[in-house]
Amino acid sequence: MSNPGRDDTEDTPHALALPAGSHVHDAPALAVDIAPDKVAIASQWQLTWWAFKKHKLAMIGLWVIAFMYLISIFAEVVAPDNPSKQNRRAVYHPPQMIHFIDKTDDGTRIRPYVWKMDRQRDPETLAISYTTSGEKIYLRMFGKGPEYKFWGLWKTDIHLFATVSPRDKFFIFGADRLGRDMFSRVIYGTRISMSIGLIGVAISLVLGIALGGLSGYYGGRIDAVIQRLIEFVLSLPTIPIWLALAASLPPSWPIYQQYFVITLIVSLVGWTELGRVVRGRFLAMKNDDFVIAARLDGATEGRIIFRHMLPSLTSHIIASLTLAIPMMILAETGLSFLGLGLQPPAISWGVLLKEAQNIVSISQAPWLFIPGGFVVIAVLAFNFLGDGMRDAADPYAQ
Amino acid sequence: MIWRFILKRIIWMVPFMFAVSLVAFLLIQAPPGDYLTTYIAKLGESNEVMDQASVDNLRARFGLDKPLYVQYFKWVSNLLVGDFGMSFEWRQPVSELVWQRMGLTMMLSFSTLLFTWAVAFPIGVYSAVRKYSIGDYIATTIGFIGLATPNFLLALVLMYIGVVHFGSDVGGLFSSEYKNAPWSWPKVWNLIQHLWLPVVVLGTSATASLIRIMRANLLDELNRPYVDTARAKGLSEFWLIMKYPVRVALNPFVSTIGWVLPNLVSGAVVTAIVLSLPTAGPLMLQALLSQDMYLAGAFVLLLSSLTVIGMLISDILLVLLDPRVRYE
Repeated sequence: MSNPGRDDTEDTPHALALPAGSHVHDAPALAVDIAPDKVAIASQWQLTWWAFKKHKLAMIGLWVIAFMYLISIFAEVVAPDNPSKQNRRAVYHPPQMIHFIDKTDDGTRIRPYVWKMDRQRDPETLAISYTTSGEKIYLRMFGKGPEYKFWGLWKTDIHLFATVSPRDKFFIFGADRLGRDMFSRVIYGTRISMSIGLIGVAISLVLGIALGGLSGYYGGRIDAVIQRLIEFVLSLPTIPIWLALAASLPPSWPIYQQYFVITLIVSLVGWTELGRVVRGRFLAMKNDDFVIAARLDGATEGRIIFRHMLPSLTSHIIASLTLAIPMMILAETGLSFLGLGLQPPAISWGVLLKEAQNIVSISQAPWLFIPGGFVVIAVLAFNFLGDGMRDAADPYAQ
Repeated sequence: MIWRFILKRIIWMVPFMFAVSLVAFLLIQAPPGDYLTTYIAKLGESNEVMDQASVDNLRARFGLDKPLYVQYFKWVSNLLVGDFGMSFEWRQPVSELVWQRMGLTMMLSFSTLLFTWAVAFPIGVYSAVRKYSIGDYIATTIGFIGLATPNFLLALVLMYIGVVHFGSDVGGLFSSEYKNAPWSWPKVWNLIQHLWLPVVVLGTSATASLIRIMRANLLDELNRPYVDTARAKGLSEFWLIMKYPVRVALNPFVSTIGWVLPNLVSGAVVTAIVLSLPTAGPLMLQALLSQDMYLAGAFVLLLSSLTVIGMLISDILLVLLDPRVRYE
């Protein structure tokens, strides 16, 4: 859980032009395949978008992230089952593949189904095992499943995937030690884990811009004090401090309260990085012509900062934010994994991975690792996206 | 000049460590209640009851009845003479519990750092020189996955592979017969045999980012005119790269020790808990949970000083390597 790909020299102008990835050395940031007359009149955002689009991995990252947030928004619909529903008959049920081509006696059709699995108990060791029976469980889209309240507002029982007969169950990702559907749990976990990143970043954003901006704009003693503060926070060993902070949360707190405090703890780290980026940019920009012009025109300081300076930073800020989100997701996962983050009735990727802590249970049910795969994919996607954004952030650079 | 710089940085550490001690103390005091509350709750679970008089008695003996600032002052003034206080839970001086574990933590962090550099340096140089070769793509892919995988997940997966495919438990730092044995050469060898797993687990993400940093920096240098000049003069390709561009590209590489070492120390906490290593992490977690405040405080403080020392080493190395860095 270390600091991913952060070169420590972020606030020097040299390092900002320098990508952590590779690509840019060969491709000029400005999109060359767009007609020159279009380039001449394009807005800065248009140029940024063109530069960004050329970064293939970043585009993939963008799609993956958009997809994951879509899943989190519609978690209740996407999940086929209630994620907390225990099922004694499906303890450690292995994952089932979805088949699409249905060969029956009356011909071949395209119809999704899974093979039904039967449970046996070894009479001597009492170990449970599952074997495929010849029976098929047919699936359909927008079928009926357990009832739920969509966004806590509307009562419905429509699910994106459901078994045709409501009595059957299917487990794409298997089931855990209490027979809960891992797929539904991962989907709900996506909602919490992905949103912790977003909210954490929002808190970091406010802190980072406020303190970094103050530091860079005013300089002098304020700058010195804030810089010492940032250095202090940066040199605290993150994980021990998180552990200490998280250990002080009473486990009896309601979920939303835990959620909020964990987000706060996690975001305590993110802001320093952002603060340094903003400060560096402000320092560099403070004496630019357009800022001096605005000052001579008698603009108030607030107007200079928010109307003139911040807009030209936006793309850099968005890039730094994108790179900060995966760190927060990793942080939450780690804390919850240790049992110091969110507590069990809540579902996040970290809480799910906590189930995989025990070597006995993972050797019996390796599918408990699946949430880990989601963590890796999400973090990778954010890193690609952030890298692409950082490279595209300044479309005028050659 | 360099000595003045180092001296200045060391003097800076004094107020810094003071601030750290304050933060550590406040953090450990933050949970409601104190060690005795946890202790009584634990007794209550096994249906033992403590009467109020003996609770008060214990509280007074531990000094927990005093106001916070008195407790803090007492703690810090004892720290200055090297006394870390008593662990409530273990009924032992904290220093006895802490040093061996801190020693192993430091050893683990430094071995990982060496591993990280030894792996990242050649791969980074290779990736830059043979840009877009198959090797470069493999390194980049592994690097990205290494960055995105949380340490504990990697540890779990490796443990899973160990148990399922090799039938051996790969956790811990020693085999059971050496666990409590005094230090000897066979024990050191046993340690080395166990060390590779945590080193790999801990080192992966740092290695991954170092490869990327090295590659990006070296790529920047390879296009410079001085490289062409050297090549035109007939220097062999190997020496040409090693002697000039690599040296320049090494600069940011070295500066990463500033965050690699602290991250290792910090990351080692979680990994150690998963792999049940006898390092600082698991004991600190336990101390935090049972509010054994002097023990937890000592760990937070010592891990913070390791972090600060890491940054100091990085600054010194940077100055030594690149005279252009100003002694500010």
